[in-house]
Amino acid sequence: MPAYIVKRLIAVVPVLFGLSIIVFLVMALIPGDTATAILGAYATPENVERINRDLGLDKPLVQQYLIWIGNVVHGDFGRSFALNRPVLDEVLERFQATLVLAGVSLVLCSVIGLLAGVVSAVRQFGWADRAITFFVLAGISMPSFWLGLLLIYLFAVHWRILPASGMYAVYGGGDLKDLLIHLILPATTLAVVAAGVIARLTRGAMLEVLRQDYVRTARAKGLPERRVIYCHAFRAALVSIIPVIGIQAGFVLGGAVYIETVFQWPGIGAMLVKAISTRDILLVQGGVLVVAASYVLFNLVADVLQSMLDPRIRT
Amino acid sequence: MSALAETSAPKAPRRITSWRLLLNNRLATAGLVLLGLVALMIVLVPILPLPDPDATAPADRLKPLLTAGHLLGTDQLGRDILSRLLWGTRVSVAVGFAATLIAAFVGSAIGIMAGYAGGRTDNAMMRGIDMLMAFPYILLALAIVAALGPGLMNALYAIAVVNIPFFARNVRGVTLGYVHREFVDAARLSGKGNLSIVLTEILPNVLPVIVITMSTTAGWMILETAGLSFLGLGAQPPQADLGSMLGEGRAQLFTAPHVSIVPGVMIFLIVISLNLLGDGIRDVLDPRLRSGALARPGPVTEVASGRAVPANAAAGAALSIVGLETGFRRGSEIVPAVRGVSLHVKPGECLGLIGESGSGKSVTALSIMGLVASPPGLIRNGAVYLGNEDVLAMPETRLIANRGSRVAYVFQDPLTTLHPMYPVGRQVEEAIAAHQSISAAACRERAVGLLNKVGIPEARERAKHYPHQLSGGQRQRVGIAMALANDPEVIIADEPTTALDVTVQARILELLRDLQRERGMALLFITHDFGVVSEICDRVAVMKDGEIVETGETREVLANPQHAYTKRLIACVPELGMGEHFLKGVAGLFPGRKEQPS
Repeated sequence: MPAYIVKRLIAVVPVLFGLSIIVFLVMALIPGDTATAILGAYATPENVERINRDLGLDKPLVQQYLIWIGNVVHGDFGRSFALNRPVLDEVLERFQATLVLAGVSLVLCSVIGLLAGVVSAVRQFGWADRAITFFVLAGISMPSFWLGLLLIYLFAVHWRILPASGMYAVYGGGDLKDLLIHLILPATTLAVVAAGVIARLTRGAMLEVLRQDYVRTARAKGLPERRVIYCHAFRAALVSIIPVIGIQAGFVLGGAVYIETVFQWPGIGAMLVKAISTRDILLVQGGVLVVAASYVLFNLVADVLQSMLDPRIRT
Repeated sequence: MSALAETSAPKAPRRITSWRLLLNNRLATAGLVLLGLVALMIVLVPILPLPDPDATAPADRLKPLLTAGHLLGTDQLGRDILSRLLWGTRVSVAVGFAATLIAAFVGSAIGIMAGYAGGRTDNAMMRGIDMLMAFPYILLALAIVAALGPGLMNALYAIAVVNIPFFARNVRGVTLGYVHREFVDAARLSGKGNLSIVLTEILPNVLPVIVITMSTTAGWMILETAGLSFLGLGAQPPQADLGSMLGEGRAQLFTAPHVSIVPGVMIFLIVISLNLLGDGIRDVLDPRLRSGALARPGPVTEVASGRAVPANAAAGAALSIVGLETGFRRGSEIVPAVRGVSLHVKPGECLGLIGESGSGKSVTALSIMGLVASPPGLIRNGAVYLGNEDVLAMPETRLIANRGSRVAYVFQDPLTTLHPMYPVGRQVEEAIAAHQSISAAACRERAVGLLNKVGIPEARERAKHYPHQLSGGQRQRVGIAMALANDPEVIIADEPTTALDVTVQARILELLRDLQRERGMALLFITHDFGVVSEICDRVAVMKDGEIVETGETREVLANPQHAYTKRLIACVPELGMGEHFLKGVAGLFPGRKEQPS
């Protein structure tokens, strides 16, 4: 088991380097002169030259990358010129807020999705299955930012029972209860699509597993149907669902960009959108790299969980 | 007769059948109709009598729905929402489909190239694709827009790029399956160039996958384009697309919610119709799902309500089946698998049920405790007496309580019939705990005892192993241990030795025979091998096409078979030194037999 984890950890390293190359190349794609883009109206020849030298843009691409990645490995992502503070400080601060939101969402969508999928499979073609199938279809067809606006309108404007935005109340608050109240709407909104995808796949996986010989064996042993479904079929289906939950972590982290903008959640998604419009390239670079790396780690956790469930993968 | 009907009816081209199948799917049709309406609308927009979508009128700002002259009201600049909505839909749909086409073209090209070239090219390309997929979905699009700068075309490119991996992966997978097929080799030998082979031999075969992937990703792409515009990174003012309308209307959410809600409804309708259609297309093009093969088997086989219940013909038997008829639903008709089978097993007796595969012997065995998968299985007539009680008339919970306790099964392939994720000891414990309320520790002891009993060495250690860590013979011993767990009156062994080596087979047979004698159980032994029957069975019933054609004492049937089919089955047992006479005998076994569902 530990050997398996070590093997997976080692496999992560090249992926992280690949990510850094893509992030770097995308930024190198910037049409025209980066310095001019940054400086805008202040692009005097001296300023342009100074920026180019500061950012190392006068060197060849490979060397630029090596310098950048060397700094990144040492925790230096450069300075955000719009915020005038180190990129890493800003990114880590924002990322905490995103992790709270995305983490709660991921738990929420997994629980709802698994439950709905199992019920849907067990009651195949019954009214519960039809209702769930309908909600799943609606959920995955809905723009999440629109759903967020609808929920804000209903719960914050119309009924006035939940806050419309922010992570904590401006006056007072700041405790866990305050955080949870502020989390309800954004976390739910963010969970809807992923819950739909997970429910769909769970239903399919359960139907597939329920046809397997070992489920028939469980029935032939005289196990109650409940035990057959949850201990035998669900356990086996879970193995194919867990990687999907890992992938959903990516959709949740990406979807956070919209949700944080809609709910003014002080996370990394909202930061990225702002950084893109101010063309704060280093901040975008650092933010994207950190989120992508965390997604790789999410998937690693999913892999390890899967191997814990399925003894055949471990060896 | 049926062959005649087939040749006389002209065969419909496949395309039309697919269309018809798609239209048979009500939801897919609804999606298609909805999508058609949207398409019609965006085609007609230029000639509809609509106000200029960009004409501002500050005096008329934020008019509510159903205002005269403004059916859907006006936005924060007094622009007509209906007009902007229709023009915006045009833009969003165009961008979404353009992104889909670009992603499909580039992604499929990469996928086909990688799959066709194989080796290092494949490896390098797929590593690159994996890298792209290592990004959270929308994040890469954001990075690309960040680099290229906000704008509708840049958003389009970004969305297309992040969807390329889905096409590349799916198409590569299918291409790999075709590259080494005979028709591709033939094309190569006939001197066709690589490009020509890809276009004429491979592309037509991978096209369904491309279409499926397009239909499942088009919805996302429209959503994501709208998303980028919503964030202000796509369409730039004053141009309207659905996402930017939503984004601009957001500031008015508290005072005039319709400004942002209405465009969202439109996105929702377009995407849901795309998804409905996509699901329909996938079902049609993915043959595995076509017949509704993934129906969930219920806990107990369905029993026809008006079935004939014949009286028990063999009083005193441990198990007695009378007039059993089991079939499988296929569409509205029922395909019979077992047609009026009657047999009985006395306590301490071993009855062999023999027949070729597809003869209905397994279905008979599974019908006894209602284990035939249903749907599609259905027991239409007959009764199964356990003692004096009809199993088929039992309420579900009672029937389940009798499984494993009074009638236990040993199945054919122990690798697929044992749960792959539980240690074998636990699976035996579970069989015990299902029917006896004893402490966990006692249960574990009993399980180890049973494993010991069936001849597993170092049972206590072995109990902790998973099925894939045991040999085939040991796995089957575990299966037998599970069956013995509750001292059943009847054991039904469904080809328990078929998946095993000959030497292991003999040991397992010996074990079953000894256990049955020792405990005085009734054994129903299902096999296709008369050699096995002669070793273990007191009596034998021969089954063919769902009916029992001959039954009697094993020795008599072997010495003097009455039915021609029995004679051929007996001829199937090879003896050393028979040489090619054996093969001739086997070849004459099945003159023009029809395939039957097993």
